[in-house]
Amino acid sequence: MTYRNDPYDPKQVALLDPAALAAAVADATAAFEAATDPDGLAELRRQHLGDRAPVSLARREIGALPPAAKSDAGKRVNEARRSIESAHAERLAVVQAAQAERILAEERVDVTLPYDRRPRGARHPISTLAERIGDLFVGMGYEIAEGPEIELEWTNFDALNIPPDHPARGTMDTFYLDVPGMVLRTHTSPVQARTMLARKPPIYVVCPGRVYRTDELDATHSPVFHQVEGLVVDEGITMAHLRGTLDHLAKAMFGAEARTRWRPHYFPFTEPSGEFDVWFAQHRDGPRWVEWGGCGMVNPRVLRACGIDPDVYSGFAFGMGIERTLMFRHGIGDMRDMAEGDVRFTRAFGVEV
Amino acid sequence: MRIPLSWLREYVDLPAELSPEELDQALVNLGIEVESIVDLRTTVTGSLVVGEVLEIEELTGFKKPIRFCRVDVGAANGSGEPQEIVCGATNFVVGDRVVVILPGGVLPGGFAIGARKTYGRNSNGMICSVRELGIGDDHDGILVLPEDVPAKPGDDARPLVGLDDVIVEVEITPDRGYALSVRGLARELSHAFEVPFRDPGLAPATGATAEPAYPVRVLDTVGCDRFAARVVRGIDPAAESPKWMRQRLTHAGIRTISLPVDITNYLMVELGQPMHAFDLAALRGELVVRRAVPGERLTTLDGVDRALDPEDLVICDAGLPGGASGNGGTAGDGGVPNGGASNGGVPISLAAVMGGETSEVADSTTDVLFEAAHWDPVVVGRTARRHRLFSEAAKRWERGVDPALPLVALERAVELLTTYGGGTAGAEVLDIDHVRPAQRIVIEADLPARRAGVAYEPERTIALLERVGCAVAIGDGRTATGNGHGGRHASGPDTLVVTPPSWRPDLTDPADLVEEVIRLDGYDKVPSVLPVAPPGRGLTPEQRRRRSVSRTLAENGYVEALSPPFVAPELFDRLGLPADDPRRNAVRLANPLADTEPLMRTMLLGTLLGTLRRNLGRGHRDVALYEIGMVFLPRPHTGAPPAMGVDHRPSDEEFRAADAVLPDQPWRVAAVLSGEVEPAGWWGAGRPAGWADAVEAGRMVLAAAGIAGDRIVVRQTAYAPWHPGRCAEFRVDDVLVGHAGELHPAALAALDLPARTSALELDLDALPPAPVVPAPQISGYPPALIDVALVLDADVPADEVRRALAEGAGELLESIRLFDVYEAEQLGRGRRSLAYKLVFRAPDRTLTGEEAVAARDAAVAEAARRFGAVLRGA
Repeated sequence: MTYRNDPYDPKQVALLDPAALAAAVADATAAFEAATDPDGLAELRRQHLGDRAPVSLARREIGALPPAAKSDAGKRVNEARRSIESAHAERLAVVQAAQAERILAEERVDVTLPYDRRPRGARHPISTLAERIGDLFVGMGYEIAEGPEIELEWTNFDALNIPPDHPARGTMDTFYLDVPGMVLRTHTSPVQARTMLARKPPIYVVCPGRVYRTDELDATHSPVFHQVEGLVVDEGITMAHLRGTLDHLAKAMFGAEARTRWRPHYFPFTEPSGEFDVWFAQHRDGPRWVEWGGCGMVNPRVLRACGIDPDVYSGFAFGMGIERTLMFRHGIGDMRDMAEGDVRFTRAFGVEV
Repeated sequence: MRIPLSWLREYVDLPAELSPEELDQALVNLGIEVESIVDLRTTVTGSLVVGEVLEIEELTGFKKPIRFCRVDVGAANGSGEPQEIVCGATNFVVGDRVVVILPGGVLPGGFAIGARKTYGRNSNGMICSVRELGIGDDHDGILVLPEDVPAKPGDDARPLVGLDDVIVEVEITPDRGYALSVRGLARELSHAFEVPFRDPGLAPATGATAEPAYPVRVLDTVGCDRFAARVVRGIDPAAESPKWMRQRLTHAGIRTISLPVDITNYLMVELGQPMHAFDLAALRGELVVRRAVPGERLTTLDGVDRALDPEDLVICDAGLPGGASGNGGTAGDGGVPNGGASNGGVPISLAAVMGGETSEVADSTTDVLFEAAHWDPVVVGRTARRHRLFSEAAKRWERGVDPALPLVALERAVELLTTYGGGTAGAEVLDIDHVRPAQRIVIEADLPARRAGVAYEPERTIALLERVGCAVAIGDGRTATGNGHGGRHASGPDTLVVTPPSWRPDLTDPADLVEEVIRLDGYDKVPSVLPVAPPGRGLTPEQRRRRSVSRTLAENGYVEALSPPFVAPELFDRLGLPADDPRRNAVRLANPLADTEPLMRTMLLGTLLGTLRRNLGRGHRDVALYEIGMVFLPRPHTGAPPAMGVDHRPSDEEFRAADAVLPDQPWRVAAVLSGEVEPAGWWGAGRPAGWADAVEAGRMVLAAAGIAGDRIVVRQTAYAPWHPGRCAEFRVDDVLVGHAGELHPAALAALDLPARTSALELDLDALPPAPVVPAPQISGYPPALIDVALVLDADVPADEVRRALAEGAGELLESIRLFDVYEAEQLGRGRRSLAYKLVFRAPDRTLTGEEAVAARDAAVAEAARRFGAVLRGA
């Protein structure tokens, strides 16, 4: 299209020439395409859309046109400008995305690097298991009772129907103090006596704690170990209640298929007495019965010594070794692992709820 | 106790086919712990046959005599040809019958027998010794079958050498003395299989005669409530115990000694009645049963010369010179208890526990006095413990022996001795009997049902009690018979009157009878019912606190240890405790495991440092440990606790008085660190553990215990075993609760621990209960942040400066944090700069700059007033 015959100064309005506008759009688009980063693109934007850009200068020329042509020329300029802006925006998005990607790529790290700057601590599995058993019973309404580790012989033996010359005292391998009448408690049962002395039935308690026997430390013995014991004294308590409680404990500890069985046994503080085994399906050598603890109906003599009328109340008691439980539950082969405090052993158990 | 099954079968009609598993289960269900059941028929596999030695060729040229034998083993080797066997023993001659294991057989211990070339000959099998067969310890030569054993070559040798039995080893609980016998076990098994039992304890026996078998005086009829004796004269001293008896004793794990002694041991195992055989010729005069006198001694059969205790029961010979009646001997000072002017004699036997050397049956004995008595279990138990003589006899006496047995046992002993040793039984029977009849027990008829939660019919209860040997009468006095219980109320009897059998001294209380009923009916029949507890209080505040503290330390990198609380007195020296430090006053054990560690810890640190050292010794370098446990602090001026009975509850005052004697046993928490708390890594250098970590552990513990920071004062102190310049004490509400810091270099050196090892110990029981936390007021207005750097004397504790700033700043101060400590020449000698970040905020408005600066100035002014602090750069 030529304006040779138009009554305008062709020099003045050359920039409004459609071809010139098209060239401006093409130049700008090509320039933008060549840009590789947002900064370069911003510079190009100034060149192609700034005050001195061809489309901006073309807009100024519109004023020189006769009114009839202004509208047409305005449209053309706007169209060209929009095209350039759109080309810029498109390119900007591409360049920004590319830059973001490049930064992310540059920021790549080796996420497999270790970062154990704060070594983890751990609780001893004996504590964790004692608390776990305690929590189960607390949830059932029991309370956790405690007592001293240096005990009166009376609470450790006499009150539990173990008079001074009872053969059971001989089998307890007791640590005695150098003053008479006191021992390192050989079991957690004195806590039963203390509980019964301190409160009236109904009594539902568990007593976890440290106990002592004069056994040298070896793979299966330790002079210091832990027991957890349960005591219930109430009206109408039967051996059926004892079994129900042990079954519940077994299932809570070892899963739904766990159950218990009894073997008659002798303990001075319970009559009838039994030892109980638990069916432990997860045993490392295959499912089997595992000896777990002792239990029985509280001997009325014990109730009497502790001021509870055996004609009104009856009760049951049970107890088991925490180390023993851990040994079969976790496949621990050596008692010393639990007694020596090697951090490798304890760390393996971490921190449980 | 070990017993061959064949012995049990003599008295109980057990099923002919009884697997070890069935037997095990039956015993376990009866409450008899099974140690092992060994079927001897399976201990030797392959062909174990009788062989007759046809030819012996002595091989020469070897270091020891070697024989090449041709042995007739009948058709057992398939060919019928003599078996060629090389043998290293020489105790046999041609014509002897021996026990041969043929190639392919396996002896106990997995010793497989093959055909092999040895000493230049082919040896096809082995001629066995007693030990090789696993039936005894004899290994002096091979086993030669006695001539009277009926067997021909090729016969299975197992029945001939006792390898046809099953050996049961059981553990008997302390209450069931009667089960320490064939008689008792057979009775129990008869319950399990519901089969007939023939009681050897009820065999007829000759009663006491007017003329005693031997003169005996029992001065202590409480300690010895029955003493019976009989005499056999003129036995063949060389007579051996019959093979069956020796075999049974061997199977029972008892050494055979001589016919009279073997008989007493045999009857102890069979009946449960320990006996004694005296050499009549060694007795000089009347036997006296009494307590020992101070100073008396006795050399027992084990060759030990023992000082006797006045509580020991002894059998004495009044005919021996130097008796306790005052003949001027060494033992004469105390006179004779209960004896007045009579002759108390010289002890010849520690009654019921072990005989003496002088009166023992010897190789030359021809006249034997058998004694069967009944001794007090408590006295025997004490004697056994005092002299550490836990003989088979003492074990039975302590658990209770049937007082009805002595005459039965004597009858059997006399019969066995005259049968196998010849001689003549004396017609006289001595029986001094002061045994009191068993106490009757009145029991509510439904008590077993109520205790078990199983509805036993009264008939069932009665039948089960009768099965254990009780006589059961209905409460109105009429005897219940096995079938009909005449005179019972339609609803069943209310009470039963139960007389336990003589062999069950353990049955004294209704509860004992309850157990027998439930046990024999089967523990497995008790149903499972979960009781419902009343609502509980949950954990106590102390229990919650211990858990919080434990978890906090574990989650901050510490590993829990549970150290044994035994310590050596030298530990206090190594720790550098002052001579008068109260922590040196420790509870002492009378019988410590290690004589070097007789004390109970008075602080957790000592034992926890031991655990630390063990870890370091195992190659761990960076170790952080903690422990929560009790320490044991003796109370001053307390003796033994007052005695309390068990017939009724002690009064509160009595129990309090007894309890007050116990050491104080507070719960403590301790932590130790060594090496680096943060290891070096690709991120940079590690951070060594030090005093500050220990002090921070203390702050963490107190925070976990719910103690707000403004109640805690941390103060510089000097306290062993800490470094005097690096020890902090913690006070809560101005009560001292513990210490933390770096340990003293001298203590670390003495304990062989690395330098800079740091530690904390806090008394958890000294902490006040955690209060309910008052919620802070959270303001949404913007804070004003101002840093101040103060210059002041370097020995002013930072914690006190912080406190001064906080108190001076007033209520607008939200938080304060020390972020820099700076010491340099230009600050002046002994001066340092402490820089704090202060955050001010108002609850109801945006603070103006002027307000914040005014508060900052007030804070600085307080620090200036207290410590002369000046603003750095001011």
